[in-house]
Amino acid sequence: MTDPALRDPALSRRWLALLIGLALLWPLLVLSEFKPWTLLDERGLRATGRYLAQFIHMRSDAEFLQMLALDTWRTVAIATAGLTLALVLAVPLSLLATARLSASTLEGRPGPARWLRRAVRALLVALRSIPELIWALVFVRVVGLGATAGVLAIAIAYGGMLGKVYAEILESADATPTQALLSAGATRWQALCFGALPSCLPELLSYTVYRWECAVRSSVVLGFVGAGGLGQQLDNASKMFAGNEVSAILLVFVLLVMASDAFSRWLRGRLA
Amino acid sequence: MKREPVRASTWAVLAGLAVLVVASFWSLNLQWSAFLGVDALASMGRFGMSFFPPQLAPAFLAKTGWALLETLAMSALGTALAVVGGLLLALPASGQGLGRATARMLLNLLRSVPELVWATQLLILAGLGPLPGTLALALHTSGVLGRLFAESFENAPAAGALALRQRGLGEGCVWLFATLPQTLPQLVSYTLYRWENNIRAASVMGVVGAGGLGQMLSYHLGLFQMAETCTVLAGMIALVGLVDALSWVARRSLTR
Repeated sequence: MTDPALRDPALSRRWLALLIGLALLWPLLVLSEFKPWTLLDERGLRATGRYLAQFIHMRSDAEFLQMLALDTWRTVAIATAGLTLALVLAVPLSLLATARLSASTLEGRPGPARWLRRAVRALLVALRSIPELIWALVFVRVVGLGATAGVLAIAIAYGGMLGKVYAEILESADATPTQALLSAGATRWQALCFGALPSCLPELLSYTVYRWECAVRSSVVLGFVGAGGLGQQLDNASKMFAGNEVSAILLVFVLLVMASDAFSRWLRGRLA
Repeated sequence: MKREPVRASTWAVLAGLAVLVVASFWSLNLQWSAFLGVDALASMGRFGMSFFPPQLAPAFLAKTGWALLETLAMSALGTALAVVGGLLLALPASGQGLGRATARMLLNLLRSVPELVWATQLLILAGLGPLPGTLALALHTSGVLGRLFAESFENAPAAGALALRQRGLGEGCVWLFATLPQTLPQLVSYTLYRWENNIRAASVMGVVGAGGLGQMLSYHLGLFQMAETCTVLAGMIALVGLVDALSWVARRSLTR
């Protein structure tokens, strides 16, 4: 670096930025008890090695595979049923929350209905702001262990999410057709079907399919709190340090995620 | 206007989806009565009311605040580690040959396993606490960011890199002084978006025992200490709401 033409003109600033970054990093390391060397103590390493060594001998007897297939289906079914119930919740709420469909917004002076819209919007945000895992944790206490808690958790968390996004999609579409219909005396329902839906439908459907894919992933995770499916099997196997079962479940899980990913991409491609 | 006839294959897809939905409900054997009956709704209402009033003792609030900071630290550190990991994998993934295929496969694997699944496996290796949670966030996010970073590098305008390469600079210098500055704004916005996601993910990480607010939540809920659970839940909602609001404001000021 003796050649002045090759010297970095911003060198001092880069070092300063690096130092500030490191100074900010320090409290984070303390707060999150970041001591990765604890991973490297000898006994821990030996136990880890034993656990990971079992991964290679994937369990593959008929009984286990049958159970795995059943749980894979349950995982997909929890996601599908949850999303269907979420639609039942989201569609009416999003229609209530959309100002675009309200005749009272035409004069530029929103009527008292806007308070209803704000309330619905706040409800949707509240449903969504609690993660589905927490909903599941609570529902397991109410309806007991099993798929019902998982379906309810997905229904409520995704209902809030879908409702909010549906309303946003409907609001962001071109306003001319709905306004023309409403000022010509069309009802809310007619304005929706003939004004807003024709242009918004592909986006609404493709977002729904994308969320179904997310629901499959999260329904695995819901199993950890006792909502059935692959996650529950994975949790049980991990707790028993059964590496041979864990590796098989993980493999099936990764394949399931990739399959639902591909299916959802294909379906969205068809809708577009 | 002539209506476009609906294709038969579209009907087939719709019928397939309907079968999937019906089969899901049928095979799950849901306990409708457990959440739709009058008794069930009443008991659910009682359960909901038992959360109130929240526990507001100063000592408990301080503990919740501390867990909140721990959650934030986990998410920030996990994202920072993921930036490093993502960059290390994005470089070969945006290159050529065998390295590209291997790195892409690794990125896909890291990405398709959710944070919480990584956490359950890391718990076995690292024990309870925020460390496995942070590492789990880092692993999953490395996969996500690595893929996005690799795409940015590939789509970066090639002129700057070409100019430096023709002057005879090594690939490292070319990346550092041409590709990186050009893609930096994009990398930063991807990172901030993932950080936002990770704050949400970190708050539930503790449900499997990996530190932060979630660990407090599942502990108190497990003991049916509803007042304490309510406070922790309120903290969690406030955290997520605050992050949502901040990112909304940031996005609006950036797009204006």
